[in-house]
Amino acid sequence: MCLAVPGEILEITEEDPLARQAKVSFGGLVKPVSLALLPEACAGEYVLVHAGVAISVVDAEEAEKTLEYLREIDELNELEDGASP
Amino acid sequence: MKYMDEYRDRDAILRLAEAIRRTVTRPHAIMEICGGQTHAIVRFGLDQLLPDEVTLVHGPGCPVCVTPVEMIDKAIALAAMPDVILCTFGDMMRVPGSEHDLLGIKARGGDVRFVYSPLDAVKVAEENPGRQVVFFGIGFETTAPANALAVKTAAARQLRNFSMLVSLVLVPPAMEAILSAERCAVNGFLGPGHVCTIMGSEEYEPIARKYRVPIVISGFEPLDLLLGIHMCVKQLEAGRCDVENQYARSVARAGNAAARALLQEVFEISPQQWRGLGPIPASGMRLSEAYRDFDAEGRFELAGVVARESEECISGEILQGLKKPCDCPAFGTRCTPDRPLGAPMVSSEGACSAYHRYRPALAPAQTGECA
Repeated sequence: MCLAVPGEILEITEEDPLARQAKVSFGGLVKPVSLALLPEACAGEYVLVHAGVAISVVDAEEAEKTLEYLREIDELNELEDGASP
Repeated sequence: MKYMDEYRDRDAILRLAEAIRRTVTRPHAIMEICGGQTHAIVRFGLDQLLPDEVTLVHGPGCPVCVTPVEMIDKAIALAAMPDVILCTFGDMMRVPGSEHDLLGIKARGGDVRFVYSPLDAVKVAEENPGRQVVFFGIGFETTAPANALAVKTAAARQLRNFSMLVSLVLVPPAMEAILSAERCAVNGFLGPGHVCTIMGSEEYEPIARKYRVPIVISGFEPLDLLLGIHMCVKQLEAGRCDVENQYARSVARAGNAAARALLQEVFEISPQQWRGLGPIPASGMRLSEAYRDFDAEGRFELAGVVARESEECISGEILQGLKKPCDCPAFGTRCTPDRPLGAPMVSSEGACSAYHRYRPALAPAQTGECA
């Protein structure tokens, strides 16, 4: 029920605030999505879509930080492996 | 798919499980609140990659499962009315009410349609001006804004034939109910990532402080979940109880301002009955004064509905994390997705459905073990 899928805004098709709408591509599958909850989202950005409504913009910088955290863990693992007899 | 594939890397998953193993020195029970997370954990076998010290406990975050049977019965009563079109999410079609389910009513000629979005139900109302269209609006804070948007859109278009049967629930009061229970065995939480895209992470800070429990807001992909578990285990090992945000790419501390403002306009906080958990004060939402005209319960005569629950289904204990699906004597025998006794076996987010789909070997006929 709380599933949400990330997709890329291709173009904004309606700017009226309550009916704000965009064409969003989900890996090539294009669907109309309500942007009423994201008044500032624009073409080229990725949004999380739930029940036909975009609920948040995916922050590319923060996404990169998550992957960095992973790399840090890997480095720690390697350090510890190096230190173990 | 960008923002999905990179979080499903098998090698990274195994390395992360190893990092968790190195961090743990004693037992911890971590509850994932959200049913979508439960499904990902069971589907990808993440719980089986964890060290024995870390137990994952499945929480009540399946809106289909916690919708009171009385509301299911009301939806069924509405669907049986000749001038009504009842629209709902597909998940609700086979949830057992006291005697029937919506699919059974549809088979007998009731006009039940499942829609992808509440906004689709508004479209159905526009296309059928001679009939009453009711949307069965269930969900958590993630879904509530889409429901609010549908009501506000119907109001703006002056649709007199659209209304909503509202059964919306809030996560923080349910967490508090679990933490206040005498038998609570939860040491830490994975917070519900998509609920927090709307509400932010800040409303979890008082809970972490009051109950001295770490809460890590987590995403839904395998790496998100394992990172969330890693962060939570690190907190537990260090004796910390902070709210941390693993899912910062989609969750801001204050959430989505436009969505929160819309919720405040269209809904108000109300007491709520939870299937399996009972009544929880201030844990639900109902239509606000300004939008009360769109309340299906006020528009239709539904007073005669009396709810009865299956006596055999142990969904209450499952939803509180006290038992696992295969602890139920009916699991996989008298209760299956084709013939469900309770909602957790029906919903795509129910714990019973996840175990049945991904671990059918756990049915009691084969083993008494619940892994």
